[in-house]
Amino acid sequence: MIRLTDVPNAHRPVGRTVQAGRLQRLAQSLRHNMPFLVMASPGALLLLVFSYLPMVGIIIAFKDFRASLGIFDSPWVGFKNFEFLLRSPVLARITTNTLVLNGLFILAGLIASVGLALLLNEVRLKIAARAYQTVVFFPYFISWVIVGYFSFALLNSDNGLVNRALQSVGLEPVAWFSSPQYWPLILTLAHIWKSVGYGSIIYLAAMLDINPEYYEAAMLDGANKLQQIRYITLPHLVPVMIILTLLAIGRIFYADFGLFYYVTRDNSLLYPTTDVIDTYLYRALRVNADIGMAAAAGLYQSVVGFVLILVSNWMVKRIDPDRALF
Amino acid sequence: MAAAFPTRTHRPLSQLSRNKAQLILHAVMLSITVLFLVPLLVVVSASFTDEIALTKNGFGLWPSQFSLDAYNYVLLDPSQILRAYGVTTIVTLIGTVLGLIVMSLLAYVLFRHDFTWRRPMAFFVFFTMLFNGGLVPTYILITQYLKLRNTLPVLILPYLVVPWFVFLLRTYFLTLPKEFVESAKIDGANEWQIYRHIIMPLSTPALATIGLFCILMFWNDWWLALLYIDEPKLYPLQYLLFAILRNAEFLSSNTSASAMLASTQPPLQTTRMAMAVIAIGPVAIAFLLLQRYFIRGITLGGIKGE
Repeated sequence: MIRLTDVPNAHRPVGRTVQAGRLQRLAQSLRHNMPFLVMASPGALLLLVFSYLPMVGIIIAFKDFRASLGIFDSPWVGFKNFEFLLRSPVLARITTNTLVLNGLFILAGLIASVGLALLLNEVRLKIAARAYQTVVFFPYFISWVIVGYFSFALLNSDNGLVNRALQSVGLEPVAWFSSPQYWPLILTLAHIWKSVGYGSIIYLAAMLDINPEYYEAAMLDGANKLQQIRYITLPHLVPVMIILTLLAIGRIFYADFGLFYYVTRDNSLLYPTTDVIDTYLYRALRVNADIGMAAAAGLYQSVVGFVLILVSNWMVKRIDPDRALF
Repeated sequence: MAAAFPTRTHRPLSQLSRNKAQLILHAVMLSITVLFLVPLLVVVSASFTDEIALTKNGFGLWPSQFSLDAYNYVLLDPSQILRAYGVTTIVTLIGTVLGLIVMSLLAYVLFRHDFTWRRPMAFFVFFTMLFNGGLVPTYILITQYLKLRNTLPVLILPYLVVPWFVFLLRTYFLTLPKEFVESAKIDGANEWQIYRHIIMPLSTPALATIGLFCILMFWNDWWLALLYIDEPKLYPLQYLLFAILRNAEFLSSNTSASAMLASTQPPLQTTRMAMAVIAIGPVAIAFLLLQRYFIRGITLGGIKGE
């Protein structure tokens, strides 16, 4: 239950009558707001427990955490955990991989989503357009665990489809799960496969807002399809592209754990190009049980992530205040 | 590349060349859709392939030697997958219903201007979208302090309030005509009555859309199980599939099927694929039926993403 503890100027000595008046007003205000407080309480309580209590737990990053002692009784170690993290080669690797791969996803996703939306928008046969859209949207509903099955069926080196296809045209099979150099491409393709349907829906919706008179005027002037796309459609989509990209950049420090964990099948040979902050955190916590390092890396992610969201939102706000998060 | 400026030399395309352009477009779109379906096809075809043929000939778009062995093997003792289906169904049902109630109540409070502390409350909800305590504190809180490891609630509670959905609902409430609430107030309705009898019935489209996204979130979740469940009885569907893919032996570890088939080699590779197909099936059908509601939800949510 939420209580009102913040009584303005409560520390000042005040006359009895004034104080009584205040208390009365407070009681009145509480009575007035009580139904709202009761209605909000289940959701507020859940957020308090599952979002705000973990924020208190951030102090673990500055402690030598021992399960037997609990969070508060574990000894303080200052910045020791961060020193270890900074000295280990893993920090540079997971930071670079997270930024580079997410950057690739943002760029390739933007091009693929806009391109697909442009193509779908030109299909004149409505049934066909709907069928195409159904197929490209479908992967959005498939969990990364299932995509892990797909990557196994396609890429396993013994009898995967891709190696069989390579062999049938006389090429050498590739040991995909021990060749990290291919994975930035494979992960980008997997990301596009899963999200391009969703992205194209947003751009298609934006295209519906374009006044058809622009196209009519352009056709009267003899503009062909490509010119119409170049000079009418794309310029109208630019604001949406910029906003979506900025918002994605705001989240660039958070990786899509499922993609990196299941599609690579958590193969340690691939870590040089596929280990990201989120997979490292999971491994440090659950596999290596290195609580100190995991907590330090987690706080690093939360703080940098927070700054990035603030910066990206500030930029969005300058372009289009209606689309800013806050 | 198009010319720098649209010029008058381009006449509108003739009917014939326009049809040709459409044909090329269809060819491009068809190739894209085929590429998109290949992974799915490969897994489905493997599930209908004979185990030895799969090992010898590899994964293909079509079964090299048709066989129902994998499905027969699963059906020999379907208790494992039925149980996982049961866990996922319960979690999805309870999570979606409870989530909609809790989130709509919160959204209602943030929507009512009569609530004095509306702004601080909105910030309280919103801030969780910007900053979080991270994996380690959350994990320690849930396992050591709340003692929720290997319980059903741990698969539900952390996902009940999605701040983004709360704000979507509030935005939807704001589009409803103000007069409804005002006249109800004049008639002496209290907040519960306004919520229950006015706002909720008027918001069924928004509730249905967000409910669908909640169903998808709970149905496809493996994250909470990966962290907090190691009791096979409580495995949800996605996590069971992960356990099977990671270790084919898990398929037979707690079924009587392995005892029955002790003499023969169980078709592990194809059975895995059959399990994946059985798991995708209902999702695929539901998707085909409900697709347009999801599309509406994405455009309703506007451009702010998932």
